[in-house]
Amino acid sequence: MQIKPILSALRRHKAGTFLIAMQIALTLAIVCNALFIIQQRLTHLSEPTGIDEPNIFIIQNEWVGKGTAEQVDAKMREDLAVLRALPGVQDVTPSNSYPLRGGGWDDSVKLKPDQLQDTTGSTIYFGDDHFIDTLGLQLIAGRNFRPEEITAMDVRDRLGPPVVIVTKALADKLFPDGDAVGKTIYLVGGPTTIVGVVKLLQAQSVDRWASAFAYRSVIVPRRLAISLGGWYIVRARPGQLDAAMRAAPKALFEHNPRRVINDEDGLLSFREVRSRAYERDRGMAILMGVICVVLLAITAAGIVGLTSFWVGQRRKQIGVRRALGATRQDILHYFMTENFLISCGGVLVGALLAIAINLWLVTRFEMHRLSLFYLLTGVVILLLLGQGAVLAPAMRASRVPPVEATRSV
Amino acid sequence: MFGYYLDLAFRSLARNRVLTSLMVLAIAVGIGASMTTLTVTHLLSGDPLPGRSQHIYYPQVDAIPKNTDDKEPVDKLDYQSAVDMWRAHRADRQALVVESQLKLSDPASGTPPVMSMMLSTTADFFPMFDVPFQYGGGWSAQEDESRARVAVITDDLNQKLFAGANSVGRTLRLRNTDVRIVGVLKPWRPSPQFYTVAGGRFSNGDTADFYGKPQDVITPFFTGLEINDGSFWQFTCWSLPERMGHLQNAPCVWLSLWVQIDSPAKVADYRRFVADYAAQQKAMGRFTHAGNTRMRSLMEWLDFNGVVPADVRLQTWLSFAFLAICLFNTVGLLLAKFLRRSGEIGVRRALGASRAAVFAQCMVESGVIGLVGGLFGLLLTLLGLWLIRQQPVAYADLARLDVPMFLLTFLASLVVSLLAGVLPAYRACRVAPAWQLKTL
Repeated sequence: MQIKPILSALRRHKAGTFLIAMQIALTLAIVCNALFIIQQRLTHLSEPTGIDEPNIFIIQNEWVGKGTAEQVDAKMREDLAVLRALPGVQDVTPSNSYPLRGGGWDDSVKLKPDQLQDTTGSTIYFGDDHFIDTLGLQLIAGRNFRPEEITAMDVRDRLGPPVVIVTKALADKLFPDGDAVGKTIYLVGGPTTIVGVVKLLQAQSVDRWASAFAYRSVIVPRRLAISLGGWYIVRARPGQLDAAMRAAPKALFEHNPRRVINDEDGLLSFREVRSRAYERDRGMAILMGVICVVLLAITAAGIVGLTSFWVGQRRKQIGVRRALGATRQDILHYFMTENFLISCGGVLVGALLAIAINLWLVTRFEMHRLSLFYLLTGVVILLLLGQGAVLAPAMRASRVPPVEATRSV
Repeated sequence: MFGYYLDLAFRSLARNRVLTSLMVLAIAVGIGASMTTLTVTHLLSGDPLPGRSQHIYYPQVDAIPKNTDDKEPVDKLDYQSAVDMWRAHRADRQALVVESQLKLSDPASGTPPVMSMMLSTTADFFPMFDVPFQYGGGWSAQEDESRARVAVITDDLNQKLFAGANSVGRTLRLRNTDVRIVGVLKPWRPSPQFYTVAGGRFSNGDTADFYGKPQDVITPFFTGLEINDGSFWQFTCWSLPERMGHLQNAPCVWLSLWVQIDSPAKVADYRRFVADYAAQQKAMGRFTHAGNTRMRSLMEWLDFNGVVPADVRLQTWLSFAFLAICLFNTVGLLLAKFLRRSGEIGVRRALGASRAAVFAQCMVESGVIGLVGGLFGLLLTLLGLWLIRQQPVAYADLARLDVPMFLLTFLASLVVSLLAGVLPAYRACRVAPAWQLKTL
């Protein structure tokens, strides 16, 4: 196929060529960046929490009436016994929060008592000796809490447990040389000793403000006994989640009706927790996806429209070429190549534009650099789109009969 | 002539339905996307107190010992600084503001208590922020000091508890204290909830929560601190408070002070007052530094906090790029359409139509496409706003089309289509009549 005649023909259609090329360029620039945003959001929302998600559900229990910390703690321990006795329940732990809850008690961790700047932030999880088993965490160093280490704590007490378990991410941050077990760290209420390290446990919030201390969590051996209430994290036996979720609140109310378990979010399976935590990210990813599809559709429609016009305009010339011996294939190839050349110009400009837009997004919206993969994906998509869009008008052109050449030239 | 061109435009548009609907669709989608995001941005970035905001200021002193003069002061005030500056009454109006969570119930009905947000503030809050009342009113400065057990409730809560009736004089139980309702607000939805905005610079653009609904119940400041003692959240502390949730004289910042100052001369005075106060506290040894006091106006403060969420800004930019692509698309299609009619245009020109007349005819046709596109674009905008109302964001209920945005939709689509029409119309009116007639 000769390219030169195509180029000289395009020179006579500067405006149309320029418009299609620009439309392809802009579409490429936006589609690559949108794909990149989608990928980032999807990566974010598929980050693991480190817990046995399919079998876990959360009960938010609010007490009716007031009570001292001792009374509340007694009621909590009764509840734990009731839940652990249920057939579908594997284990239960009381807590002040759970991963992906959206916020809660985050605190600073220091290596020295007189340090002015914190070493890092961290999520504070309260739990008893069943915490690790309930969440299905993997203990990779040290030991679990002993039952005698678990005590009740009022919200007004200082947070100063003698021992804690930390996540590997936190241990690595505090002690990059390894071997965190046995070391002393300083929480807000004083010194404490690390007795165990778990492999992975996500923070309470995965929003951007908490990204600085993602996966850095501290587990303290305390039951938070406050009269408002708290959470029970329950792990059902495999395959019995639904049954356990029905049985658990019923058993709790039978044991002690003076409580409120909110209809709206008092009882949540972890699947719901996850979908709530990432709702915004998913929304953004869907929006970007819709925008990509609509943009590509509009661009394709534009190419079809303009190429059809060109075919209509050049019927006589096509007829002449056919009369002089060009085959249908030749005509088809002519229009396909023409579109390919325009698309190439478009994607060249578009690639530069995409990088420029991405650099601007990096400064304005704290995004990451566009990886070359998305640029190339975008380029391939648009080249294929161009060829696909031009196919129908080009087929029509190839069916122009040679006799057209004889009509009213 | 205009009527004739309109007639021609409709005939021409009806002749090639696919191309016409493609152009209308492109404009409609572009307008729909950009007007949806523009409406949201407009609602979120507007002035929450039009006409008054330039008189409202947010004074800041920095109580945090480890901060220095070259840093921004911390976003909120400690108890002593806030109450000292409030008591000085140097501004025309001043209000302390803090919010907290508590259980609220209607003791008469005996329904279980619900977790609610309480705003505790001082008497000037209502006149200063022009808060509209349905029944009753605020409380007096006297009642601030006497820690009166009174409360103002929102229309939302009044609907929920009292079915919208005049509930002034009735009793509400806040945690364990009974308060008397003295006022019921009209529906009031400032956007953003400006009086609690703080800390936006730490949120990395996740600022949608600044657009929440106002707190259910509003009590006098000192009354609120007593009723809900032990449940106040610090913005931050520089060392551990004696008792969690009880922050009076604790090493914590947690309060906002808003002042209204009506004349520019007094603004300078008040700035000096704030600086002097910090210097005096430094001299007394309570502050470590006094050089970074600030006093931003309301809009400056919102701007400093970057209240419009990053996602919303990103979507707005994106939708305008989208509109640009739709524009290019329409230009291309119009070009094809007009030049295909070269023969017809040649005849008109040969019969005496001027270039201007041909240009005008083409522009009328573009305008018609724009208006029809705008109509569909309006429907798409309504659909887009409906979709945003289904989103789990605090500002979802705000996303509605107002009259200026409604008119802007049509204006924008008309402008876009005329813009799209200029180049094709120009090319069309340059058609050489003789050459066209020869090839007919």
